[in-house]
Amino acid sequence: MADPRSGGAQVVLDGVGVRYPGGTLAVHDVSLTIDAGAFAVLLGPSGCGKSTLVRTINRMIEPTVGTVRIDGQDVRARDATLVRREIGYVIQAVGLFPHYTVAENVAIVPTLLGWDRARIAQRVDELLTMVSLEPARYRERLPRALSGGEAQRVGVARALAAQPRVLLMDEPFAAVDAIVRRALQDQIARVHREIGTTIVFVTHDVDEALRLADVVVVMNAGHVVQTASPAGLLAQPADDFVRALVGVDAETRRLVTERPLLP
Amino acid sequence: MTYLRGHAALVAQLAGQHVVLVLVALAIALAIALPLGVMAARRPRLGAVIVAIAGVLYTIPSLALLALLVVALGIGPLSAIVALVLYAQLALVRGVVAGLRGVDPALLDAARGLGLSPRQMLLRVEFPVALPVVLGGVRLATITLVALATVAAWIDAGGLGTLIFDGLAEHHTQPVLVGALASMMLAIAADAALRGLGRQVQR
Repeated sequence: MADPRSGGAQVVLDGVGVRYPGGTLAVHDVSLTIDAGAFAVLLGPSGCGKSTLVRTINRMIEPTVGTVRIDGQDVRARDATLVRREIGYVIQAVGLFPHYTVAENVAIVPTLLGWDRARIAQRVDELLTMVSLEPARYRERLPRALSGGEAQRVGVARALAAQPRVLLMDEPFAAVDAIVRRALQDQIARVHREIGTTIVFVTHDVDEALRLADVVVVMNAGHVVQTASPAGLLAQPADDFVRALVGVDAETRRLVTERPLLP
Repeated sequence: MTYLRGHAALVAQLAGQHVVLVLVALAIALAIALPLGVMAARRPRLGAVIVAIAGVLYTIPSLALLALLVVALGIGPLSAIVALVLYAQLALVRGVVAGLRGVDPALLDAARGLGLSPRQMLLRVEFPVALPVVLGGVRLATITLVALATVAAWIDAGGLGTLIFDGLAEHHTQPVLVGALASMMLAIAADAALRGLGRQVQR
């Protein structure tokens, strides 16, 4: 997996625990290796610690114990803002800058990194095309003139702008309707195949997890209860919790997840 | 309006002084209220104290405050400007706090996650997004200062209040009316200008 041309970095969580001030244990002793270029999905009910865990990777939350390493390097070895610029970040609420145009939003990280104007302009067009937004039509729009689905496409483009080797996505498609969600899922799967960046994706939606993941990490009450491929999860759920989560219609799901699924 | 015809140059000069008093006070007041407002927005407890103090300052009768300031700083524009700066704090700090607190937390989460430093977040995200609300505070402060600045004439700081106090002393209503009307017109003009600016800022 250490292919130097691979667009992704390996992410290793080593004994990571997060205790919030007040004593709540959000994440308990998680050790996990996400291969370079993998599409990993953290799956679990709300409050299970999956969002907290993913936010330790870009130092939005500092673990109480344990270390996070990206391609072998402890993320705490460098300034948090510099680490974050190299890691894509997409959240459910999108969080586009309302006073910036679409192009300016996509250009945020390259601008912070000091890219020159021409390179940024070219990259913005490239990214908008990648997320199926015609640059000429969308470049100068303000976020308030976008639909929910379009806004999240811009959110994805913005996160990928500086070619991050790791992309974190926290319930990115939970706020859009089912049809748009399906389109966005297909899109991110395609983008992942094209650029091979490592994706760590958080969701509570089992179908979404099974559809997108190379590897599913099931979490409950701050613990990782199973790490498996989608097929493995359906065939051999580790315990009753996972069995209940993947549900009664596991047989139907098995049919749905047989690869290749996407065009 | 015979008075105005005879004293147009004087009225214009006093109006000019009035505008300068307000602008200088407003600039100084903003330089104080911005950092104060940022602190207040970041720390709710400290913020409550800061706003409470600004509120108490606002309740001091203007003549009393000027009298006290004259004891400390003497008569003239300096005391007047200090008084105006103090009175402006309530509206300005409240505007900054409301503006910053109104910024969508998701926007801040995204900005931090993209790798903006705290300073970049403040300058590139928080202030621009809060600006319309902050400007609302500036507008309120400006109108208040234009009205209050008339009292400055009482301690020889000039401005349109001079007409009012002189008229009172000479039992002459016309200069009082002219001073009051001119001051009101200034306030209305400032209000309109800042409203226009606010609309521009909102794109």
